[in-house]
Amino acid sequence: MMERFSNPVLLKELKLRFRSFKSFSGLMFYLAVLCIFVTGFLLIYTQFSGTGFFRPRDSFTMFAVLSVIQMGLVMFITPGLTAGAISTEREKQTLNILLTTTQSSTQIIVGKLLSSVAFLVLMLLAGLPLYSLVFLFGGVSPSQLITIFLFYLVTLIAIGSIGIMFSTITKRTIVSMIATYGAMIFLGGITAFLFFVGVSMDQMFMYSGNPQPNAAPFSPIPYFWASINPGALMVTILYPEMATSLESAVGVSIPVWVSYLIFYVLLTAFCLLIAIRKLRANMKTNR
Amino acid sequence: MMVDIQGLTKKYGSFTALDNLTLSLDEGVVFGFVGANGAGKSTTFSILSTLLSPSAGDALINGKSVVREPKEVRKQIGYMPDFFGVYDQLKADEYLDFYGASYGLPAAERRVLIPQLLELVNLTEKRFEYVDLLSRGMKQRLCLARSLIHDPKVLILDEPASGLDPRARVEMRDILKHLKSMGKTILISSHILPELAEMCDEIGVIDNGKLIAHGNVAQIQDQLQGDKRIIVKVMDDLEKARAFFEEDPFVSSIEMTHGKNEVAFNYRGKTMDQVNLLRKALLADISIFSLTEEEKDLEDVFMAITKGADEK
Ligand SMILES: Nc1ncnc2c1ncn2[C@@H]1O[C@H](COP(=O)(O)OP(=O)(O)O)[C@@H](O)[C@H]1O
Ligand SMILES: [Mg+2]
Repeated sequence: MMERFSNPVLLKELKLRFRSFKSFSGLMFYLAVLCIFVTGFLLIYTQFSGTGFFRPRDSFTMFAVLSVIQMGLVMFITPGLTAGAISTEREKQTLNILLTTTQSSTQIIVGKLLSSVAFLVLMLLAGLPLYSLVFLFGGVSPSQLITIFLFYLVTLIAIGSIGIMFSTITKRTIVSMIATYGAMIFLGGITAFLFFVGVSMDQMFMYSGNPQPNAAPFSPIPYFWASINPGALMVTILYPEMATSLESAVGVSIPVWVSYLIFYVLLTAFCLLIAIRKLRANMKTNR
Repeated sequence: MMVDIQGLTKKYGSFTALDNLTLSLDEGVVFGFVGANGAGKSTTFSILSTLLSPSAGDALINGKSVVREPKEVRKQIGYMPDFFGVYDQLKADEYLDFYGASYGLPAAERRVLIPQLLELVNLTEKRFEYVDLLSRGMKQRLCLARSLIHDPKVLILDEPASGLDPRARVEMRDILKHLKSMGKTILISSHILPELAEMCDEIGVIDNGKLIAHGNVAQIQDQLQGDKRIIVKVMDDLEKARAFFEEDPFVSSIEMTHGKNEVAFNYRGKTMDQVNLLRKALLADISIFSLTEEEKDLEDVFMAITKGADEK
């Protein structure tokens, strides 16, 4: 009965991934970036405080910056892993053969996604020892760490799905890469810009046009931009008081993480659905 | 009937790549599908392999419709595309194992099957080599082994011999003979007719998306017999000879060469018609001293029936 649940594409991809030097060097690069950051941070802070000691407050700052950097790395690496998933097979002319096997489109797409997710999770786990430093110095609760990791997972699955969708609907890997990185830059950067623009426009409007002095602010659109920004999410998880001030600034009381979760789960579902439907694009009957 | 193609049509925009193709094949038949480049062979095979939806018509493989039950069809067919790649960093046995798993074969079964398949295609000693390092002929045979892993009833091989050296071709042909003896229904395409003639039970000729001939090798050759060229040499009075032959209903494209005292024409009649024609010629007092038939081999047949394919 094992056979019913096994996913050949997933198994093969994992095998190839762990065999390739690229994955190994990618992992090393990732760990190197984290290590350099942590060492640099420790050096700078112990010198600033003059005492050579590291306080829980500093430890928390390190945790915060580490989390944001890790989120950045996840966002940077995931498109590279997934945006070629289907288009490389098309370019290497292995896709047609795969599509004549009895595997369903869903199975193939999910296998491709999970193999990338598995690699990224491994990468995150490999970075965990660095977090132990943070625990050593105190200032962070394990539940905070778990929450952050869960949001990494949600984010990388969503970005991975975007990559796989573009990889399925575009002919060439390079186009798919550009589109996926574009989507990522939009989610990670442009949304922040839109948020600030939106908030200041709403404020200008309130001060100039609206005579009521203490009308509650209400800016759902800027709130939306903030709530889908992974960086903003990190900050609101790390500093709950930031979440409260954001919510009062825009006048929307749904916690940012709830909107984030809903948006990214829907985004994942949408992208996977498109990918599954478009995988056998030349066939009318799909799935 | 193992393969039943009914009015298959494929349009790319306004261009008709495949035009109302109807064809049926019994179980165990080796069918050679011949046509010039761009005639529509790969299009037909892609539709049969459930990679492409037809614009109209349908095809049944062992009773399963490629349009309505593609997943059932995939169980029945082994497909080898004209151009294909392999995954690098995968060894031959892992390559086969992956596809075996893709057809849902249990691991235990795959372990037994893989050495047998490698044996069948003479790749036993390459079992633990990386597939992207194999030669083209070996990749081709490995791909053939791959297409057999789920024991399909029908094999669809798109130009399996193209790009192979003569030795690799012979090897490929021997394997196909073996598969035929196993009772598989095999569809092979090629743009070279003689390559197929030897090992195929039936030949179909496709030109510009239309099936223009279908039958066994002898029948295909016969089609040409009706259109052979006859050259008659006469002692004198070339004009008279020409006038005589031109009257015959089976004669066309008549030409005279004065210097050689020759009349040449295409002749479409049967053997008995030809005998009668000659009798009449002698009675009409035409001084024939030599009559030759331009022999055409299979290649010429093919060239004759697909004439114009390259002129689009
Ligand atoms: N995706 C496509 N879009 C437009 N035309 C195509 C497409 N695929 C094939 N064709 C055309 O259909 C015709 C038949 O192609 P094909 O079946 O590959 O021929 P063959 O395999 O006999 O060489 C060719 O003229 C080709 O240019
Ligand atoms: Mg072709």
